[in-house]
Amino acid sequence: MVDYPGAASPPFRLSMLIYDRRYRSLTIQAVVFILVMLLASWLIDNTLKNLAIMGKTLSFDFLFRRAGYDIPQQLIPYNSDDTHLRAATVGLLNTLQVSILGCIAATVVGVIVGVLRLSQNWLIARLMTIYVEVFRNIPLLLWILVILAIFTEVMPPPNAYRGESPRASMIMFDLVAPTNRYTAVPAIGLSNPPGTIAIGREGISWALIAFVVVLAGAWLGHRALRKSAKRVQDATGIRPVTWWKVLAMYLVPVLFLTWYFGLHLIPPVLRGFNFADGTNLDNALVVLWLALTLYTGAFIAEIVRGGILAVSKGQTEAAYALGLRPRRTMSLVVLPQALRVIVPPLISQYLNLTKNSSLAIAVGYMDLRGTLGGTTLNQTGREMECMVLMMGVYLLLSLIISGGMNVFNSRVKLRER
Amino acid sequence: MKKSALFGSVTALALAATGAMAAEGDTLNEVKARGVMNCGVNTGLVGFAAPDANGNWTGFDVALCKAVAAAVLGDATKVKYVPTTGQTRFTALSSGEIDMLARNSTWTFQRDTDLKLDFVGVNYYDGQGFMVRKDLGVSSAKELEGATICIQTGTTTELNLADYFKANGMSYQPVNIDSNAEGEQQYMAAACDAYTTDASGLAATRAAFADPENHIILPEIISKEPLGPAVRHGDNNWGDIVRWTLNALVAAEEYGVTSANIDELAKSSQNPEVQRLLGTTDELGKMLGLDAEWAKRAIKVSGNYGEIFAATIGEQTPIGLARGLNAQWTQGGLLYAPPFR
Repeated sequence: MVDYPGAASPPFRLSMLIYDRRYRSLTIQAVVFILVMLLASWLIDNTLKNLAIMGKTLSFDFLFRRAGYDIPQQLIPYNSDDTHLRAATVGLLNTLQVSILGCIAATVVGVIVGVLRLSQNWLIARLMTIYVEVFRNIPLLLWILVILAIFTEVMPPPNAYRGESPRASMIMFDLVAPTNRYTAVPAIGLSNPPGTIAIGREGISWALIAFVVVLAGAWLGHRALRKSAKRVQDATGIRPVTWWKVLAMYLVPVLFLTWYFGLHLIPPVLRGFNFADGTNLDNALVVLWLALTLYTGAFIAEIVRGGILAVSKGQTEAAYALGLRPRRTMSLVVLPQALRVIVPPLISQYLNLTKNSSLAIAVGYMDLRGTLGGTTLNQTGREMECMVLMMGVYLLLSLIISGGMNVFNSRVKLRER
Repeated sequence: MKKSALFGSVTALALAATGAMAAEGDTLNEVKARGVMNCGVNTGLVGFAAPDANGNWTGFDVALCKAVAAAVLGDATKVKYVPTTGQTRFTALSSGEIDMLARNSTWTFQRDTDLKLDFVGVNYYDGQGFMVRKDLGVSSAKELEGATICIQTGTTTELNLADYFKANGMSYQPVNIDSNAEGEQQYMAAACDAYTTDASGLAATRAAFADPENHIILPEIISKEPLGPAVRHGDNNWGDIVRWTLNALVAAEEYGVTSANIDELAKSSQNPEVQRLLGTTDELGKMLGLDAEWAKRAIKVSGNYGEIFAATIGEQTPIGLARGLNAQWTQGGLLYAPPFR
C-alpha cells in the first residue's frame, strides 16, 4: 500500500478487521473483552442460580440485624445489641489499627536492619542476615503462633500478682504488669477535666484536642525556626543555636496543659479476676503486631539493602571526599537516592502486611475477617454476601494504600529535566 | 498461552459449577454410587468424635455416622470422616462436601430455617456451662464478674454468653479461639479464667487434662443445647433415613434390643414392635428406600443408644457423663422414639 499525504484510503471492508494490521489488534482486544465479560456474567448467573436452588437469595438485610456477640477489641463503642454492620466496622477499624501500626514499625525495623546488613561490622552484618533469612523463610502463621505461645506460656497470669508473696511482681515503679492476657499499663487521668465533645457515640475529651493543637503549633513553630536558622546560616555561614528554643517550644505549653488539666497516672490495680483502673494492652494485638512487623520488616530490609546498593559507590566516595561522615553520608546522600528504588516495592510490602493481618483470628484478634468473615458469617449463614463484602473492603483498602504510596513515590522520584 | 489459560479457567469454573450442582439432588443414590458416606464430625473432642491411637475415629457422634453407613451401605466402615470446625461445618454440609453432620451442633430456629439445614433429631440434650480451676475459689457462674472467658467463635455459645452476662448485669472479657484444642491450651496457661462450651464438651475436655481433679464445672447451665445430626434441607428421603436410624437406636434401647441379643431377637422376638424394627415383619426399610434389615445392621454396629452412650461418654468412661436428660422417657429422661409402624 502506498502511503503518502492526500492518498485516498481504500474503502473499509469487514475482512480488514482481521487482515489489516491497523485494526487487527483492536479486533483481538474486542473479542477477548467480550469473552471475558461473557465468562464473568455466566459465572455470576450460575452462582445466583445455584444459590436460588439452595433457597438462598442474595440479600444484605442481615447487616442491620442484632449481632448478639461481643468483641474483645473495640476502638469505637460496641455491645452485643449493635448491628452486624457496626460489628463489621469495629472489625475493619481493628484491621486498620494493626495494619497502620505494623506498616510503621516494619518500616523502622526494615530500614535499620537493611542499613546494618551492609555494616562493616562483621558480627552485626551476620546477625542481621540471620534475622532476615529466619523470618523471611518461615510462614507468617507459624511466627504468629510461636509468638502467641511465648506470650501465653512465659508471661504470668494476673492471678500470679495476688497474695502475700506473689509469684510475679509489677515492673517500672509498680506501674506496669505484663500478663499472659494483656499488659496492664497506667491510664491517664485528669483531675480537672474540661468536658468532652460527642462524635457519634464516642466522646472526645477537649484536653486531648488541646494537646493535639498545642503540639501541632509547636511543630509549625519548629519548622519556621529551622527555616530562619537556615536563612541566617546561608547569609552569615554561622548556624544559630536553636535547640533550647525548640525544647521550650514543645515543653512549655505541654507542661502548662499538664498542670492546668491536672494530668496524672492511674496505676492498674488487680481487682477480681483482672487488672482494672489502668489500660490493658491486649496481647492479641501486640502479638499480631510484633509478628507482622518482624516478618514484613525482614522483606523491607532486603528492599532497603537493594536500594542502597543501587546507589553508585561514586556517590559515597564523593561525599567522603567532601568531608561528610559515614552517618551523614548515609542519611543525606545515599538514602534519599535509594528511596527512589525502595518505594515501589515497599508499596507491595505494605499491601502484603495489610492483607496478612487477616491471620488475626489465630490469636483471637477480631479484625474484619474475625467479625464479618467469622462470627457474623457463621451466625447468619450468609457466606456469599460476607465474602463479597470482605473482598470488596480489602480491595478498596489496598487501592487506597497503593494510591497514597504512588503519590508519595511521584514526589520522591527523580525529576528528569 | 492466553488460550490455554482461558481454557484452564473455563474447566475450573465448570468443575466448580458441577460441585455446586451436586449439593442438590438425591443424596441416597449418590452415597450408594460412591460407596462411602461423608460424615462431618468434630475436629477432635474426646468421647464425641476423635481419632484413637490407631487413627480410627471413635465416639458418640461417630457411632451415629457408623449406624447410618451400616443402614445405607451395609458396612459401618464405609464412612469418610470429615473433621469440621465450628466455622466450616454448615458450609461443608450445604456445599455437599458432607452428606450428614454429626458434630454436636445445636438445633436452633435460624439454622433450621435460614441456613437451609434440617435437624433430624436430638442425640444429646445439652446445655452451656463453665469450667474453672478449683483454686480460683469460684463456685457459681454469678461470681464471674469481670472474668476473662475463652469461647469458640462461630458457635451458639458465643451468643448465649453475651446474653447471660447482659441479663445478669455483669461484664466479661471474651477471648475468641478457633478450636477446642486452642481453647484447652489458653485455659491451661490461665490466659482465661473460665472456659465455656456445652457441658458435655467441658466434661470431655476435662477428661483429657492431666489433672482433671483440679478443675470444676460450675452448676449453672445457661442455655438449652439440643445437639443433633443435621442434613441439607430439601432432600427429605435422606433426612428420613438419618432421622429413623437415630430413632432406631433409641427405640432399640427402649425395647431391650442390644448388640448382643439382636440376632436372637430377630429370630425369636414375639414383640411386634421389635419385629417391625428388626425387619422380621412389615419391611419398613422399603419405605425408606432401603432393605428390610437396615435397622438391624445399624443397631448391630455399636449397640443401641444406651450402649453407645455407656461406651463413649457414660459414667464408666473418663468423661463420666450421667444420663440425666438423655435417659429414656420411661426413666424420666427426654428420649422418646416415635412408634415403628
